[in-house]
Amino acid sequence: MTRVGWLRLGIIGGAIGLLEILCRAGAIKKVTMVPPSDMVLALGQLLAKGELLDDIGRTLSSVAIAGAIAVAGGILLGIGLHALPRFRRAVEPMLASWYAVPFFIFYPLLVGIFGLSDAPIIVVAVLFAIVAMIVNTLNGLDRVTPVLRKVARVHRLNAPDTVRRILLPAIAPHLLTGFKLATAYSFIGVIASEFILSTSGLGFAIAHAYNNFETRKMYALMLLIIVLVTAINTALFMWEQRLLRRRFNR
Amino acid sequence: MSAHAALAGVSRVYPGGDGRAPLHALGPIDLALRPGEFFAVVGPSGCGKSTLLEVLAGLAPASEGTVTFEGSPVAGAVPEGVGVVFQEDASFPWANVYDNVAFGLQGSGLDRSEIDARVRSALAFMGLRDFASAYPAQLSGGMRQRVCIARTLVLKPRLILLDEPFGALDAQTRLLMGDEVLRLWRETGATVLLITHALDEAAMLADRVGVMSARPGRFIDVVETGWPRERDSRLAERPDFGALVARLWSSLRVESIKALGHT
Ligand SMILES: Nc1ncnc2c1ncn2[C@@H]1O[C@H](COP(=O)(O)OP(=O)(O)OP(=O)(O)O)[C@@H](O)[C@H]1O
Ligand SMILES: [Mg+2]
Repeated sequence: MTRVGWLRLGIIGGAIGLLEILCRAGAIKKVTMVPPSDMVLALGQLLAKGELLDDIGRTLSSVAIAGAIAVAGGILLGIGLHALPRFRRAVEPMLASWYAVPFFIFYPLLVGIFGLSDAPIIVVAVLFAIVAMIVNTLNGLDRVTPVLRKVARVHRLNAPDTVRRILLPAIAPHLLTGFKLATAYSFIGVIASEFILSTSGLGFAIAHAYNNFETRKMYALMLLIIVLVTAINTALFMWEQRLLRRRFNR
Repeated sequence: MSAHAALAGVSRVYPGGDGRAPLHALGPIDLALRPGEFFAVVGPSGCGKSTLLEVLAGLAPASEGTVTFEGSPVAGAVPEGVGVVFQEDASFPWANVYDNVAFGLQGSGLDRSEIDARVRSALAFMGLRDFASAYPAQLSGGMRQRVCIARTLVLKPRLILLDEPFGALDAQTRLLMGDEVLRLWRETGATVLLITHALDEAAMLADRVGVMSARPGRFIDVVETGWPRERDSRLAERPDFGALVARLWSSLRVESIKALGHT
């Protein structure tokens, strides 16, 4: 590991150690926060009992569905918008200011439409995630060198094959950036929605633990989410690094 | 003998728009490529050489005139049998050399062993055998151009259009690459049109050299070199080679000055 890597690890380890000391010494009250070591223990116990598995499965499947819709839909919409420059100019300001809208305000409306099911949760997450994918697809397509399109024509590729065999691989680094963002936004969208109004899922479980003063369980759940998100992000990051290394010989 | 590919009265005007005036880049120009000949085009920078190639390949429409390939009009699409190597690096950075070269054969209905045989032979021909699993980022600019040539060769084109493929190389390497292009031309039997800005390269490689005027480019001279089909870069040592280059230069000098804007 590099020196910066060790330093980073040191900062994180130091912060956790400090929290541990503050909690153990009583500077942070037990109802406010449990010591990090106890969070790990509590999480282990929760997982061992197996009562969380339903909630984890529910949340992860919602994130997976929302992420898949956002990624596939975002790529398709991105390609479509790129092919229709006039239409694109018309909607571009809306895309640019998209994240100024707090989507969760629409949640009650969506519950009204879909009922209290997974559907409104997934819709919020998709709305939240899809634009990151669209914008990154457009960014990538804008940077495809014209000669690659000429190569497609010399090989007499039709439009779908040009997209599949040349454009998508050419913009793969941009798609991966979009993919990372869409995954993160799907997580935020799903868990925050579960938090507000749901009867299952990790977000709901945290809210439930909070309302019932189950501090230990609440922190165990928060730890679980952080571990999950970090693991997924690390996997995506490593995939991206491999791809970039090959492509740019770094 | 009828022409393999031909331009008749062709010109190309890039349409203006967004406040830009239309730009007359090429022609009117006539060109009849004889089957199996090696034709080189030289001309001052910006005179419309790449435009000529795009129109001939069917990549860009002619504003006027007609383009034919093997007797059929070329319009709106690149005909089967035409291979193009572009001036810019067009290798695929996401694929290794093997997959770059195999690109045009994948999904063509050929079976794997036939694809493999063609790719291996093109790689060997272009001196890339040891680089099959390398990525373009690990190759030099000249090697990347060779990848693009190999990618074209596997399709067995009958007309090969090369747009300054070795423009970025030093003069010596360029002459040696010229030997490879000559070998390619002899062994494939294809008609070759090579665009270059190097007069010695054109004089050494071609059966005929077309000298273009400053933009809008037209042929101001077409020179028969009269070289034997079996030839290589040692031509450059002959006295009549020097005379040929001198003739090309005398045609081109005035036009190059014009292209620089010193009229
Ligand atoms: N897509 C385009 N739109 C507008 N003008 C263009 C376009 N492509 C080329 N031109 C213009 O047409 C003229 C001829 O360009 P072209 O690329 O054919 O020249 P060239 O002879 O290949 O030049 P070089 O030796 O630099 O490669 C130039 O003035 C160029 O600026
Ligand atoms: Mg050019």
